[in-house]
Amino acid sequence: MLTKRIIPCLDIKDGRTVKGVNFVNIRDAGDPVELGARYAQEGADELVFLDISATNEQRKTFASLVRDIARHINIPFTVGGGISSVADVAPLLEAGADKVSINSAAVRNPGLIDELSRAFGAQCIVLAIDARKVDNAWVVHTHGGKNATDKKLFTWAKEGQERGAGEILFTSMDHDGTKAGFANDALSKLHALLQIPVIASGGAGGAEHFMDTFILGQADAALAASIFHFGEVKLPELKGYLRQRGISIR
Amino acid sequence: MKLVIIKYNAGNIQSVSFALERLGVDFTITDQAEVIQQADKVIFPGVGEASTTMQYLRDHKLDAVIRGLRQPVLGICLGMQLLCRHSEENDTPCLGIFEETVKRFEPQPDKKVPHMGWNNLTLTANSWLDPALENKFAYFVHSYYVPVYAHTSALTEYTVPFSAAMHRDNFYAVQFHPEKSAEAGVLVLQSFLNA
Repeated sequence: MLTKRIIPCLDIKDGRTVKGVNFVNIRDAGDPVELGARYAQEGADELVFLDISATNEQRKTFASLVRDIARHINIPFTVGGGISSVADVAPLLEAGADKVSINSAAVRNPGLIDELSRAFGAQCIVLAIDARKVDNAWVVHTHGGKNATDKKLFTWAKEGQERGAGEILFTSMDHDGTKAGFANDALSKLHALLQIPVIASGGAGGAEHFMDTFILGQADAALAASIFHFGEVKLPELKGYLRQRGISIR
Repeated sequence: MKLVIIKYNAGNIQSVSFALERLGVDFTITDQAEVIQQADKVIFPGVGEASTTMQYLRDHKLDAVIRGLRQPVLGICLGMQLLCRHSEENDTPCLGIFEETVKRFEPQPDKKVPHMGWNNLTLTANSWLDPALENKFAYFVHSYYVPVYAHTSALTEYTVPFSAAMHRDNFYAVQFHPEKSAEAGVLVLQSFLNA
């Protein structure tokens, strides 16, 4: 039986994990390869590495980091951050990444989704959407949530699927950081609307939130960052908790 | 042992080679017919679309090379599908080692296509896969599948039971990605290296 996926997310700046990590037994908590390998060992189903470096010069070093990640990690991983062309994607996939996520550049130029999907296949194109509720409508935001756009979550997700995205990574800005659970209403609507998998993001605070998003939100996968980095939720215990409650988990 | 990975326009050659590096196995990546033919074992990886990949193999005369191999060959993902007779993906004639036709998954309300993620393996009798792999999870990403038939070595269920692994004569194949399947993937690669 196909399982629900648990996906730790690592933000990378200048080749280092940011947002802080307080694991014991890691020699260097800032090393994304070491942290990713640890998550893989603990049972993560996939990993996401987001490059939040500000300049193109810093971004160039990202491909060599991706190669290092692929060399050491034996589970699938997605990379993203600042991707805006076929030329940006090719070196990342050649370095060993399995998927790339695109966000702001796709909003600016939706044809990018078609281009990337044709060039590399739908299975490796993740459309990341950041949205928050404004006057009862889920409004899509770009540039890390700074800029509101005229796009709405559900129509944009559907358009993304039609243009060839293989997965939707939906982050609710309203839930992100609250630790009060995922945006399960919006997620279950996405599930009903789409034929491609949906990854829930934003709001994870405890194991019960993962259960809720898999049942109420009908999410195919759930992503979280700080709760894993700070050890508030540990992967083996989280997976045991979900398994005990009848969720299909590896 | 001389191990060769066939070099062509497949998307996962880097990941397969990293997985072999982690196992401490020496290998060569090549599209030279004579180097492939002289290898003790051959890995035929694959991520991509069937018709363009078959065209690439024909243009580089690798189709005849692969058909003629007598040493153990492991096809991975699209590599496994291309070893079949025909694929529904753009109505593509393939290499014909396995007689089956590759079919497309029919999406269902709760079964999205592609089949993407971790799913469990059920081994058939006399499977070439390590018995420790029974009911273990492997990582799949595919929209097309090979039905279960006489040469199936492991099956997985998604909308229908399908071939997760196959074996015929010197040809071995897996639909999932051993290079991305954590410890289970290591066991699969070792099963092939020991075959």
